[in-house]
Amino acid sequence: MNPAFSVVFLTTLIGAGQGLFLAMVGVEAAAAALWLDAPGTAFYVTGSVLSVLLLGGGLLASFFHLGHPERAWRAIAMWRTSWLSREVIVLPAFIAAVALYGRLHQMDHDATLAMAGLGVLLCLLLFWCTGMIYACIKFLQEWATQLTLVNFTLLGSASGLMLAAALSALRGDGHAEVLAGWALGLTFAGFFTRGAALLRNDRLRPKSTLQSAIGVNHPRVVQKSQGFMGGSFNTREFFHGRGPGTLRAVKWLFLVAGFILPALLAASYLDGGSNWKLVAATLIQFGGLVAERWFFFAQANHPQNLYYQAVS
Amino acid sequence: MTQLALVIDLNVCVGCHACVTSCKEWNTSGEAGFMADDNPYGRDPTGTFFNRVQTFEVGEFPDTQTVHFPKSCLHCEDPPCVPVCPTGASYKRPEDGIVLVDYDKCIGCKYCAWACPYGVRELDEHQKVMKKCTLCVDRITDTKLPESERKPACVLACPTNARLYGDIHDEESIVSKAIREAAGYQLMPEWGTKPANHYLPRRPAAAPASGAISAANPLDIDGPMPQATEARS
Repeated sequence: MNPAFSVVFLTTLIGAGQGLFLAMVGVEAAAAALWLDAPGTAFYVTGSVLSVLLLGGGLLASFFHLGHPERAWRAIAMWRTSWLSREVIVLPAFIAAVALYGRLHQMDHDATLAMAGLGVLLCLLLFWCTGMIYACIKFLQEWATQLTLVNFTLLGSASGLMLAAALSALRGDGHAEVLAGWALGLTFAGFFTRGAALLRNDRLRPKSTLQSAIGVNHPRVVQKSQGFMGGSFNTREFFHGRGPGTLRAVKWLFLVAGFILPALLAASYLDGGSNWKLVAATLIQFGGLVAERWFFFAQANHPQNLYYQAVS
Repeated sequence: MTQLALVIDLNVCVGCHACVTSCKEWNTSGEAGFMADDNPYGRDPTGTFFNRVQTFEVGEFPDTQTVHFPKSCLHCEDPPCVPVCPTGASYKRPEDGIVLVDYDKCIGCKYCAWACPYGVRELDEHQKVMKKCTLCVDRITDTKLPESERKPACVLACPTNARLYGDIHDEESIVSKAIREAAGYQLMPEWGTKPANHYLPRRPAAAPASGAISAANPLDIDGPMPQATEARS
C-alpha cells in the first residue's frame, strides 16, 4: 500500500491521546486505592486538554484522507457492518468523554471515577475499531492478524503514557517515576508484539498468485502489459514506489526510535536522570511510531498489485 | 434471484481494447458525469476506466501463449467492498446483483478499494468519488432501447464475441450454459468473494490435419483441461 499521511497521523495521534487518558485514569485509580498520592486537579485538567487536542488533531488529519470531507457525517450510517463507520462514531464520543472527564475534575466533581470507567470503555472500543479497520481485510495478509489490534493498543498506550510521564516530570507533581515505569513496561510489551508481527509477516506466503489472479495454472506466467502506459488509481494507491532498502531502513528506524531509544531514556530517567530525558523520550517515540505506522502501510502487499506488474 | 454478470472467453479475446474504449465512451457520456481523463495525449496520461485489457505471456520462450485478459468489476455475490463502506454508498442491488456506488453518498475514503482484491475500483480524481463498472446499468435497463441493445457497451463492442452477458442464476441463460459447457471459472477463488463474472479458459487448438502434434504446448504443463460440469445446483 502507499501510506497516506492523513491516516498515519490519525492513528498515531489518537493512539497517543488514548494513552494519555489511560495514564490519567491509571493515576486516579491508584490514588483512589491509596497506592499513590492524589496528583491535584491541574494534572487531570492539563492532561485532558492535551488528550483532546491530540484526538482532535487525529480527527482533523482524517479529513484530509477524504475526497468529500463535507459529507463525512454520512460515515456514521453503516455501523452494523463497517468498522470504519464504528470508528467514526466512537472517536467523537471518546473525545467528548475525555473533555467531560477534564471538566468534572476541574469542578472537583465526585463522578470523575465513573466518568473514567466510561472513558476507558470507549478508549478500548476505539482501539478495537481502529485496529479492526485493518485487521478485517483478510486478503491484506500483513494486517489480518490479532497482532494488529494488540499493536495499535500497546503502541498508542505506550506513547500516551510516555507523554504523561514527561508532563508529570515537567510539573514536578511526583508521579513521573510511576508513569515512566508504566510507559517503559508498555514500550517493552509493544516491542515484543510488534516484533512478533514483523517475524510473522516475514514468513507470510501470499495466498493469491498470478495464476489464481487470471486463472491460468501454468507455473510461468508473466505480465506483458497492464493495459495502459501512464499511471492510474491502481498504480498510485497500492504501490509505495520505494525500494526494499528504504523499507529496511524505516523498519530499523522505528525499532530504534519507537522502542529502544525511548526505553533507554526512560530507564535512565528512573535511574535519577533529568526531566528532559522524558521529554526527549516522548518526542523520539512519537516520531518512531509515525515511522512504524508508515511501515505498517508500506509493508501490506495488496493482491491487486499482481495485475499491475508491467507497463508494456 | 437474478445475478447479472459477464462471461469472458479468454480463448477468443484478441486484446483489441474495443471493450475498453466503448466502456469509457458510454460511461463518460452518461448522467453520472464524465470520467477523469487527464493528459490524454501528454507525457503521463491518466484517468478513470471501468475496464482494462491486460496481456500475459504463459510458458517459456519459444513455447509461449499470449493471453489477453479483460478485467472489470466482477460483481461478486459476496462483495467484500460493500460491508466496509461507512456511508452505504457502496451497495449490491438485490434485484439483479449489480454492485454499484451511489456517487452522492460516497465520501471518497477509498476503503472499498482497499477491500477489493481485484483492483477494479478507481477513485475519480475530479469528482473525488469511487467509480467502477456499473454493468452499464443505465443501458441494460433502458426500455427505450431495442431489446438487442440492452447490453453493456463492452459486450456490444466486442468484435469476436468474447464477452457474454446474462443471468448466471438462470440455468438456461447463455452465460450459465457457457460456464457449464466450457468450464468457466472465477478469479482468486481463495478469498470466497464468489465473483459473478466468470472466465472461460483457453483451449488447445484442434490437431492439424497432418496429424502433427504441437510437442510443447504450454497447456500441457497446466495439467488436464478443466472438465465441463453438469447443471449447477
